[in-house]
Amino acid sequence: MENYFEVEGLTVGYDKKPLIKDITFGIDKGSILTLIGPNGSGKSTILKTITGQLAPLGGRVAVEGDDIFFWTAKQFAQRFAVVLTERIKPELVTCAEIVAMGRYPYTDLFGRLTDEDKAAVANALRMVHAMDLANRDFSTLSDGQRQRILLARAICQDPEVIVLDEPTAYLDIRHKIELLEILRRMAREKHVTVIMSLHEIDLAMKISDNIICVKGESIQAFGSPQEIIDTCSIEELYEIKNGSYDTLFGSVELVKPSGEPKIFIVAGGGHGIPFYRELQKRQIPFATGVLFSNDVDYQVARTLSDKVIVSPAFESAGEEKYKEALDMMLKCSTVIDAGTPCGSLNEMNSRLLEAARDNGIPVLTSLNKGGSIEKEMQ
Amino acid sequence: MPKDIKRKDNGPDEITIGNTGRFLLITILLVAALMIGLIANVNIGSVSIDRGKVAVLVWQGVKYWTLNLFTRGRYAQELADVINSSVESRILFSIRLPRMLLAVLLGGALSISGYLLQVFFRNPIAGPFELGISSGAKMVVGITLIFIAKRVGNLSPLALILASFLGSILITCIVLLFSQKVSNMAMLLVIGIMVGYVCSAVTDFCITFADDHDIVNLTNWSMGSFSGSSWEHVATASVICLLGIVLACLLSKPIGAYALGENYAKSMGINVKLFRLLLILLSSVLSACVTAFAGPISFIGIAVPHITRTLMKTSKPIFIIPTVFLCGAAFCVFCDLLARTVLAPTELKIGTITAVFGAPVVIYMMVKRNQLMEV
Repeated sequence: MENYFEVEGLTVGYDKKPLIKDITFGIDKGSILTLIGPNGSGKSTILKTITGQLAPLGGRVAVEGDDIFFWTAKQFAQRFAVVLTERIKPELVTCAEIVAMGRYPYTDLFGRLTDEDKAAVANALRMVHAMDLANRDFSTLSDGQRQRILLARAICQDPEVIVLDEPTAYLDIRHKIELLEILRRMAREKHVTVIMSLHEIDLAMKISDNIICVKGESIQAFGSPQEIIDTCSIEELYEIKNGSYDTLFGSVELVKPSGEPKIFIVAGGGHGIPFYRELQKRQIPFATGVLFSNDVDYQVARTLSDKVIVSPAFESAGEEKYKEALDMMLKCSTVIDAGTPCGSLNEMNSRLLEAARDNGIPVLTSLNKGGSIEKEMQ
Repeated sequence: MPKDIKRKDNGPDEITIGNTGRFLLITILLVAALMIGLIANVNIGSVSIDRGKVAVLVWQGVKYWTLNLFTRGRYAQELADVINSSVESRILFSIRLPRMLLAVLLGGALSISGYLLQVFFRNPIAGPFELGISSGAKMVVGITLIFIAKRVGNLSPLALILASFLGSILITCIVLLFSQKVSNMAMLLVIGIMVGYVCSAVTDFCITFADDHDIVNLTNWSMGSFSGSSWEHVATASVICLLGIVLACLLSKPIGAYALGENYAKSMGINVKLFRLLLILLSSVLSACVTAFAGPISFIGIAVPHITRTLMKTSKPIFIIPTVFLCGAAFCVFCDLLARTVLAPTELKIGTITAVFGAPVVIYMMVKRNQLMEV
């Protein structure tokens, strides 16, 4: 069965030069599709093509089986609304007037608003919680407010599909969350299909029903967020060479310190993370252990260190792991006690600390004094 | 759209879009200003005519002219009698009234022309004179007057408008070519002014090599003045200008949407290419009409739309277009009054007066926008 919104073998590009070829996917009505991919990968080009602003170089896009490239401009306007990245700066225009522009495809020759149109404007403003901005001059708004007003304009156009090009750019985290929540509600309550591009992969994973990874000559992957996590490497997609990106949690780690470890951190249960990150900032290579494979410390440690002593989850770390950690620790000049409590499963950690003291290796409990760790190591 | 759950918003429950009250107030004020200007214009001059007498004469003139129109010339004699009844009536009907009406029409038309250019460039610092378009029109009209009028004899106003239109379009195309290269409006203005200088140079060159009797009218005309207006001019100008303002009003809906940018306009179903073409053609026809009858006039096209927007505190096109016309008409009538009375009997060119009042407005706009980094 054909999907509500169906793209088949679409080729997009400028001036007859194909940029991305053979895009094929289908999504349901009222779902949210997000395009992710590096800058300049062609996300905007795809969005411009499916909104009819750019002529396709091949293929077909259909809504309910109806080829959109045969639509008139007015048909397009009544079924698709857009929120663009470009910053507009109209002068002496109130927010209500901007939102009312959304009624353009429905009003008469002079753009007169009927009571129904005015109700739609008020509804759209309420939807984005911007009723209090109605009579404000658009140019006096903050970026977050502007984006909400432009979204209200698109909502006011009463579309079936709303297309947004990087709607969260320029917004702080609170406004990002608010904006995405509004989109979620639109999709859920009004069955408006949302297609957008986002830079925030973590948010994309959480808001979307489907994700497309755009890179190179063709789209790299299409699927639900879970499928993308399972099949697609964000490091590869964005060509991240040094840092790392955790797709599941959406957390970023910067460049891993290289070289032989000089510090051993006895950690676990999240106590190690502040130390790992501090040492990363100072670019001091470290080793750490013994961590269980389900420990949050492990998720960060493995991206910042090559020497992580890890033990399978849900069982006591064996004697073998202790030996491995001890060998590693004895090669280091300093040991840090991250403050992890020792229970029956990780009792070897307290043995490690004891061994360090017995062997005369200084055991620190904090890194707070600037540069003290470097002195200690010399 | 289903009703939304009522939220606790600070804003009003009802929204008002467009301040109709302010529009009416400003319109009434502008009409009043225009009326005062018109009355002053009729009264004041080398021969001052009593107000009551003017009213009677104008009333009789309008009456017989209308009757004449609907009875196919049966009242021609009475009309001629009214016009020739005294020296004052001759001054009134053959000099002051046509000149005044032309100032009204062309002042309004020039302002609309500037307004449309500002819409086109999405920037309030644009005008037909400032972008060199008027100078281009002047150049082609000059060439026509010197080289073609000599062979053809008397040229009709329509032919002058056509020549002027060709010049306008020529320079508009050149400016448009440059506008694709420079995104900065200030740069574009400088280019426009330079193109304007080149056109003036070509015009001066032609004048230098023309016979004296060919350029008698030309020099007077090219200075920019409403002197020498005739009823024939008024008739032609009124048709073109009124048609222009009606068309501009018809474009008001896309003009409003276009302010959000080309891509948003497209997404709302506007044929942007066609719309831009219409804007440029309409603006060129209007400024060509002005240049053909009164020569290049500076600053009205750029300053009046700005003054109007400031007065109206909105840029809603359907409100702005009629008020821009009214404001331009009033501005032009007062400037013309000053031009012929300040140093009477010597007459100043109208550009002298418009520059004195218009240039400060433009400088203020440039400085203000420069502070906002949005030139």
